[in-house]
Amino acid sequence: MLDALSPVPSPPRVAAHRARVLESRPVGARYHMILADAPDLSETVEAGQFCHLLCPGVYLRRPMSVWRAGPGEPLGFLFRVAGQGTAALAGLRPGDTLDALGPLGRGFTLRPEWRRVLLLARGVGLATLSLLARRAAARGVAVEAVLSAREPADLMEAEFTGGDAMDVHRVFDPDGSSAPEVVAARIAGSSPDAVFTCGSDRLLRLAQRFAAARGIPGEAAIEQRMGCGLGMCFACVRRIRTKEGVKDLRVCREGPVFDLQAVEAWA
Amino acid sequence: MTDLSVRIGRLRLANPVMPASGTFGPELAEVFDLNLLGALVTKSVTPEPRAGNPTPRVAEAGQGLLNSIGIPGKGIPAWIERDLPVWRRFASPLVVSVSAPTPEAFGEAARRLTQPGVAAIEANISCPNLEEDGRAFAASPGPAAAAVAAMVRATRLPVWAKLSPQTGDLTGVARACEEAGAEALVVANTILGLAIDIEAAKPALGAGMGGYSGPGFKPIALRMVWQCAQAVGIPVIGCGGISRPEDAVEFLMAGASAVQVGTVSFIAPDAMPRIIAGLSAFCARKGIARVAELTGMALPARRRVVEVAAE
Repeated sequence: MLDALSPVPSPPRVAAHRARVLESRPVGARYHMILADAPDLSETVEAGQFCHLLCPGVYLRRPMSVWRAGPGEPLGFLFRVAGQGTAALAGLRPGDTLDALGPLGRGFTLRPEWRRVLLLARGVGLATLSLLARRAAARGVAVEAVLSAREPADLMEAEFTGGDAMDVHRVFDPDGSSAPEVVAARIAGSSPDAVFTCGSDRLLRLAQRFAAARGIPGEAAIEQRMGCGLGMCFACVRRIRTKEGVKDLRVCREGPVFDLQAVEAWA
Repeated sequence: MTDLSVRIGRLRLANPVMPASGTFGPELAEVFDLNLLGALVTKSVTPEPRAGNPTPRVAEAGQGLLNSIGIPGKGIPAWIERDLPVWRRFASPLVVSVSAPTPEAFGEAARRLTQPGVAAIEANISCPNLEEDGRAFAASPGPAAAAVAAMVRATRLPVWAKLSPQTGDLTGVARACEEAGAEALVVANTILGLAIDIEAAKPALGAGMGGYSGPGFKPIALRMVWQCAQAVGIPVIGCGGISRPEDAVEFLMAGASAVQVGTVSFIAPDAMPRIIAGLSAFCARKGIARVAELTGMALPARRRVVEVAAE
C-alpha cells in the first residue's frame, strides 16, 4: 500500500527530449509503433513509466507508456490510433522530431528473488507490460503471459515478446476464450511469485482474485485523462486504497503503476 | 544587463515571472531550479479538506484547456503541517492562494496562513468550479470587496485579489478590491467554457462546464489587464495564455507589473525560465535598462505622455 502523497522536490531529472524518429509504422489495423533516438531517456526509463508526448498540431501532450527502452536501444511507443493526438503521432516519419517529456511516473516492481511472474494484458495494455516482460525474461525470470485481444488480427504477440521465450496464452472474444472464467481456468495451475495486469477491468478483477487467493503481490498499470503529467494539476486522479483509507491519487505521480489490490475498477 | 526586478506593493521580486495557481507545484523542481522564479504561487488552499470534481477533469479545446479540477486539497491545518515545509525549501517569495466559501472564512483562512515563509496571500475569489453555476465573489464589486476586506483585516501580509472574466463590471470589481485593501490584482482566472463529447453525447468534463485557459484565452485576459491597469493605482499581475516571452511583453505593455504563467507549463514545463530569459533579451534589444519600464508602455495615457515628451 502506498503512503499518502507528499510531493518531494528533487534535482532536475525530467526533461523534454527532442528525439529523432527512426521508425514509424502501423501494427495491425488499429495500432502504430514509433522508435526514436533518445539515448539519455531510453537508458533511464523503467518498465511501467511513461512519457508525455507532444503531438504535432494538437495542443496538449499525450501520456504514453514506454514499450521499448534500454541502454543503447531506441525508445519505443506502441499505441492505438484513437483520436487526434494519436493520429498526429502516427503521422510522424523517420527523421521527424518526437518531443518526449520524461521519464514520468512510478514503474513496476521486479524483486530480485522472484522466479516466475504472470502477466495479464489486453489490447494496448500489451505495450505497457511488454517492457516488464522482456526485462524479467532477460533476468532469467519465467514469464507466463495471457494476451487478450478482440480479434486474432489485433493480438500483438511478436510486439509483446520481442522474440523472447515466454509461456503465452492467446485469448480472443469471438471464441469466448477471453472470458474471465475461461482465463481463470487456464491459469489455475500457475504458481507465480507476482502478477501484473494492464488494459482491462475484467482482467484486473481476475488478477486481484488470483493474487488474493494465493497471497502473492501484484501491480496494475491504469489510465486517466491527464493534464500536466508532472503531478501539478490534479486532473488524472483515480480512487486508490491506501493505509489512510481510499484516496484520489494522481496516475501521473503516484502511478501509473499501483499495488494490484489498491486499484478500483472503472465500473 | 537588464534589471529584471519589479515591485508588487510591499514585495520586491527578482523578476516579473511567476506561476499561475493550480498549474504549479514543487514537482516542477524536477525540471528546473525554482529559485529562478520571481515568486512561487501555490494551488489554492481551502479551510476544509475537499475531494475535488468528478473525472475527466481536463479536456483539450482548440488552443487551450478546459478544466474542472474543483480544488481538491487537504485543508489548511494539514497544508501548514505537510506542504508548507516543502515550499520553505525554496528561496523565491511564496504566495499562497486561498479559496473559501464566505468572506468570514476568507478572513479566517488568511489569519491561519499568516505563517513564517509566506510572503503574500492571493485571494482566489474567482474559481469558476466551486460556486453555484460558476458564480464567484469576483462577479460583482460588493462580494469581491467583502472577501478582500476580511482578509486584509486578518493578516499583515499583502493580499492580492485574483479577478474573473465572469463579470459585467470588471473595473468596478477592480476598484472595489483596491479600496478594500488589495495590494495587487491578478488578472485573470479562467473563463467558463464547455466541450461536448459527441460520441457519448455528454460534456467532455465530468463536471460539465470548466474554466478555459491557454493561448485561446490570451486576448481576453490581455484586454482585462488593459482595462484594470487604467482603473486602479495598485499593480496588476497579468495572467492568461502567456506562453512565450513576447506574450509577457504584451501583458507588461498593457499595464501589468508582473505575469503569471500557467497552462503552457503542461506543454513546455521549462517555459517560465525561457520567458524570463526572453524578457531580458527583449529589453536588451530595445535598449531598456529595467523591465519595469515596460509596464503600461502601450496604455493610451502613457503613450500620450511619451509623445508629448518627444515633441
